[in-house]
Amino acid sequence: MSAASLSLSAQPVLEVNDLRKHFAVAGGGPGRAAGLLRAVDGVSFSLARGETLSLVGESGCGKSTVAKTILRLLAPTSGQVVLAGRRIDDLTLSRLRPLRRRIQMVFQDPFSSLNPRMPVRDSIAEPIRNFRLARGRSDLEARLLRLMDRVGLPADALGRYPHEFSGGQRQRIGIARALAAEPDVIVCDEAVSALDVSVKAQIVNLLMDLQKDHGIALLFISHDLAVVEHMTHHVAVMYLGRIVETGSREALFETPRHPYTRALLSAVPVPEPAANRARIVLKGDVPSPIAPPAGCSFHTRCPSCIERCRTEEPPLTALPGGGAVACHLAGAEGAAHA
Amino acid sequence: MSLLSVENLQVHFRTPDGVNRAVDGVSFEIGSGETLAIVGESGCGKSVTSMSILRLLPEPQAQFAGAIRFEGRDLLALPDREMRKIRGNAISVVFQEPMTSLNPVLTVGRQIGETLRLHQGLDARQAEARAVEMLSLVGIPEPERRVHAYPHQMSGGMRQRVMIAIALACSPRLLIADEPTTALDVTIQAQILDLMRDLKHRVGAAIMLITHDLGVVAEVADRVMVMYAGRKVEEAAVADLFRTPRHPYTRGLMGAVPRLGVRAQGRAPGRLAEIPGMVPSLKTRIDGCVFAGRCPDAKDFCRLHAPALESKSPGHLAACHFAPKDARPA
Repeated sequence: MSAASLSLSAQPVLEVNDLRKHFAVAGGGPGRAAGLLRAVDGVSFSLARGETLSLVGESGCGKSTVAKTILRLLAPTSGQVVLAGRRIDDLTLSRLRPLRRRIQMVFQDPFSSLNPRMPVRDSIAEPIRNFRLARGRSDLEARLLRLMDRVGLPADALGRYPHEFSGGQRQRIGIARALAAEPDVIVCDEAVSALDVSVKAQIVNLLMDLQKDHGIALLFISHDLAVVEHMTHHVAVMYLGRIVETGSREALFETPRHPYTRALLSAVPVPEPAANRARIVLKGDVPSPIAPPAGCSFHTRCPSCIERCRTEEPPLTALPGGGAVACHLAGAEGAAHA
Repeated sequence: MSLLSVENLQVHFRTPDGVNRAVDGVSFEIGSGETLAIVGESGCGKSVTSMSILRLLPEPQAQFAGAIRFEGRDLLALPDREMRKIRGNAISVVFQEPMTSLNPVLTVGRQIGETLRLHQGLDARQAEARAVEMLSLVGIPEPERRVHAYPHQMSGGMRQRVMIAIALACSPRLLIADEPTTALDVTIQAQILDLMRDLKHRVGAAIMLITHDLGVVAEVADRVMVMYAGRKVEEAAVADLFRTPRHPYTRGLMGAVPRLGVRAQGRAPGRLAEIPGMVPSLKTRIDGCVFAGRCPDAKDFCRLHAPALESKSPGHLAACHFAPKDARPA
């Protein structure tokens, strides 16, 4: 597994090795046995400074759990998280706290992720105060004004409360709060998913500008493949708690190797009525992560499943041109499919 | 005669801080078997329009004007008793949220059978037999067993199939689908869109599809109506609209959507087009064009005079003073 973990660049700012997060599930009534939910089951990747890695996949694939476990909003079951060369998964919370400055998060729902009783000024000043970044009151004020300008909000927004803003503006506030800590990495958990089309474009452009100007690495968690293709450098596709394929944007979108990746890409509706839709429609639903299928976890829905897939789990295997794929058929014959 | 004809519909809500003009003078028609998509962003009035057709809005707060003619009868003028005969029968609806729109304490068979017993007078056994047929129509495996299942025993995609089965049980002439795939994952969305396309041919119902996703529109609609701030700003056949969008708002929407495969085709991605600013408040009367505040081409004239919805080419309406117009008479 770790052999196939990608080194996407020479100096990763964030590295995750064989990360696991299992939840004990109590029996929740008739027909629901107690068990172990393997939300994240051996995920490895690395993220370079100034680059974007997107984690994509459908509901329940574990992409948000990966984010929360990295930030230690959830305690990992096992595995390593290395931030700028320093292992952080085993630190006590008090030792971890100062390091949290370097990795910040923007959440999906701009309505519930801001304190409704705090004026915007206090929400954004909080990380600056906590991490003692400002030299005196006037420096704090200057920082706040710079942040407002940076995310495209008027200075007078500082005195107002979250309910006075639209969804897109609140997401700008959330981004300003993340930026206030001067992080190396920002984790965006479905940060543009709840926004309307025209506002989504504004926020995507803003994130790309911030990355270019400040060299921030983005861990971009999304189910929206068109947005991902637009802004990412690298992609990792998750299914049932594992990475099934990873690669550069070009490789993954142009020559997807894993049948799940191909199905996912072909399922996205294209806004062109005359477009040629060679769609692979997957049968059925994602199996329960409490009782994942034996062998390859995708075999129950895979259009090209063979006998071996039912019994033997394919390892994530590095590809010659970079990237990796976990599929028995993704060798020579897999490439012929693409 | 068209199946549904909405004439100058206004839906205004009285709120403590003023009147909200959620829908402000919208007219459109849907023909038998046709799929009309209504697109627009949050608050543009697309859902209020569809809920008005079924009269599902709270009535003293919502004030209606105009007419909604379905097969020649004005639904806004019908007594409640008559309206109940239409809901779930001639006109039915699939909502966005399959988790909350099913009753958690009844089996799905009961819920599909309910409309059949009510509208077609079937007894319990006949209703269940028909419910099994409906479940198999919408592609649920083992329908004989699933008919006894409760909603919580099904996945989101399955529940949405059940919703569609309920909506189609009485063979409606008009199916309103309000963001039917928005809450679903993309592979499940593909299944449901396939199902809707297939059923459209087999059942022959007209579909009014409410969505914000231009990709979904391109896949299933025959005609598209674009709404903004409670008004219709453009309407055209789907291919025409995507090829030559005439209203600056429609052009803005299309530029704002990243397209999968654009990079793979070697086209430069560049920045996404932004529509600056926000949707105006619907609580203040807007005299000029509703889009003038965000429009890149707006002139002073636009802020003073509301543009009429006019035919820019055959079958293509747009409400913009400056939208290009074909030389040929429409």
